[in-house]
Amino acid sequence: MSVMQHIWIVLGVLFVLLNIAAGLIWVERRLLALWQDRLGPNRAGPLGLFIVLADTLKLFFKEDWIPPFADKWIFITAPAIVVGSVLLSFVIIPFAPGIVVADLNIGLLFFLAMSSLGVYSIVLGGWASNNKYALLGALRGASQMIAYEVFMGLSLMGVVMLTGSFKMGAIVEAQKDMWFIVTQPVGFFVFFIAGIAETHRLPFDIPEAESELIAGYHAEYSGMKFGMFFIGEYLGITLISAMMVALFFGGWLGPAFLPPLAWFALKTFFFIGVFILLRASLPRPRYDQLIEYGWKILLPVVLANLMITGAIALWVRGE
Amino acid sequence: MLQNILPGGGVSLMFSNLRTMWLVFLHLFRKKETIQYPEEKIKLHPRWRGRIVLTKDPDGGERCVGCYLCAAACPVDCIALQATEDENGRRYPEFFRINFSRCIFCGYCEEACPTYAIQLIPDFEMGEYNRQNLVFEKEDLLINSEGKYPGYNFYKVAGMEAGVKAKGKGDNEELPVDVKSLLP
Amino acid sequence: MNLLFYISSFVAVAATILAITRFHPVHALLYLVVSFLAAALIFLSLGSPFIAVMEVIVYAGAIIVLFIFVVMMLNLGKDTALQEKNWLRPKVWIGPSLLVLILLVEMIVLLLTAEDTAMHVTVVDPRNVSLALFGEYIIALELAGFLLMAGIVGAAHIGKQKKKQLHRFLQAEVMESV
Repeated sequence: MSVMQHIWIVLGVLFVLLNIAAGLIWVERRLLALWQDRLGPNRAGPLGLFIVLADTLKLFFKEDWIPPFADKWIFITAPAIVVGSVLLSFVIIPFAPGIVVADLNIGLLFFLAMSSLGVYSIVLGGWASNNKYALLGALRGASQMIAYEVFMGLSLMGVVMLTGSFKMGAIVEAQKDMWFIVTQPVGFFVFFIAGIAETHRLPFDIPEAESELIAGYHAEYSGMKFGMFFIGEYLGITLISAMMVALFFGGWLGPAFLPPLAWFALKTFFFIGVFILLRASLPRPRYDQLIEYGWKILLPVVLANLMITGAIALWVRGE
Repeated sequence: MLQNILPGGGVSLMFSNLRTMWLVFLHLFRKKETIQYPEEKIKLHPRWRGRIVLTKDPDGGERCVGCYLCAAACPVDCIALQATEDENGRRYPEFFRINFSRCIFCGYCEEACPTYAIQLIPDFEMGEYNRQNLVFEKEDLLINSEGKYPGYNFYKVAGMEAGVKAKGKGDNEELPVDVKSLLP
Repeated sequence: MNLLFYISSFVAVAATILAITRFHPVHALLYLVVSFLAAALIFLSLGSPFIAVMEVIVYAGAIIVLFIFVVMMLNLGKDTALQEKNWLRPKVWIGPSLLVLILLVEMIVLLLTAEDTAMHVTVVDPRNVSLALFGEYIIALELAGFLLMAGIVGAAHIGKQKKKQLHRFLQAEVMESV
């Protein structure tokens, strides 16, 4: 691949992703409204699409307030970390054959590393705000995300075992005959739950829980700094959906009447819809319930899954 | 252990969650409750408490007699008026002012009014860009209508003479007692 | 690759020095994170991406977050920073620093007198790492596993609530019923 082609892919991926993240503002509000028997934003522009523009403009023109009691530089850095780490994770996602920024041979591990760095934005943002609610949100976020990182990593190891590689392209190619959702349903289930917890989306939005902690770790943020957390959350949804598609639902593979990229986008949008449906339908569990659920149920389940997968893989290979 | 952590018990919880998601998803195909306001208006009931008006009696005279009961009943003190009399002795407000930026549309003034003059009507579209415009004077409040009580004329049933009817000439009203006569 | 190695080494050393000299514990920990990330890049430039990523996941992503978590829970304010300031007097650090400086000079002399050898970059992919772990070093791995298992069991034991805590109203009720 020539350098020019590479740059085009990077720019294209960045452009599409940021647009999707912004467009999700509209998608989420519209879908939530439909599921709550409302219409949702439908005034500005065709189908209310310009709400994205209006929201962005509002975020840009709001006062960019740094509280005098905050730790200024950490306060400024925190929102950048979440967007940066999520965007870096997209580097390894194979959108279609040939359309990938860098198909690293440690791709999956790189994704896990970047998602583990995402914790810092919550922890530092909450701590630097110097606010009790923000601090509580940060504490919850730290323990939740550290706990669920473990299951997230472990749930993917079954896929790695079956493929024999951390390379995302190889993982997608390995699903030519059968998607991994068939052979690794438990892995998918745990990865999905861990993914929700990792992006701290509802019902696991415990770090920001409006009803208890106002807005949790970003209680003191306003303007585009808040917007960064906002965009980071939507990018996180897109990332987890894309990962689920690539790891368990055959990535770009699909019947030939649609191009591979379209298959990938369709599947990803389906899972983004599921994320929004989760928000519309499920209530938030209590904080200790979430942690206990992780360590006492998901961890044994995922370890058992790993053991059984390993045994079967060895048995099949031994034939 | 499952029962301790998950309300409703382990496996059944997963299914109830999935069922919830499915039922919420089905709402996609329900009729939407939204009323698209400026194009599509909500139907207001006749007794809906909205914009405050001063009504007139069938003759076209003001019903308000300037008794100050509405101003006294108002919990937020948004009504101000000054009573005066015309040459016939008929009382009417010299000015009548309602500050709608304070009004809470509780309807106490309407209940307090002895002459059905002040009434709340089903209309809420009175937003203004300038707060000063929300102070309504008498000419803004007075409407050329009898409101919710058509045909009612206070001075027709009142005992006093104020240019509408002479004393004792009303329906159901006896002539005034002649105090100088000895006849019963 | 050489240049990248030197840049990340420089960042690692600078960040570590800053981590030691910061008075505020959270700032110090942030420099420590930078130092770990720089170490990860050093591994990457030396051709072992697996170890680099593990460094980021385990050290930068989990352990330092736990450190920050604890610091946040302790709610260290201005007093601690002041205390740190008092502890970090020249009298205290000048001795060790001089000794380390001697070592540094020694190292530089050794580096300069040594003959030029190109840096060996052998790419170690995940397969090699796991083959080494489960082949040559299987006993060390198992021992580490035992140690961690003991740690987990100990933590679970400490964390276990022995007594059932009852609210004082309920306690009174229980007393009455007995």
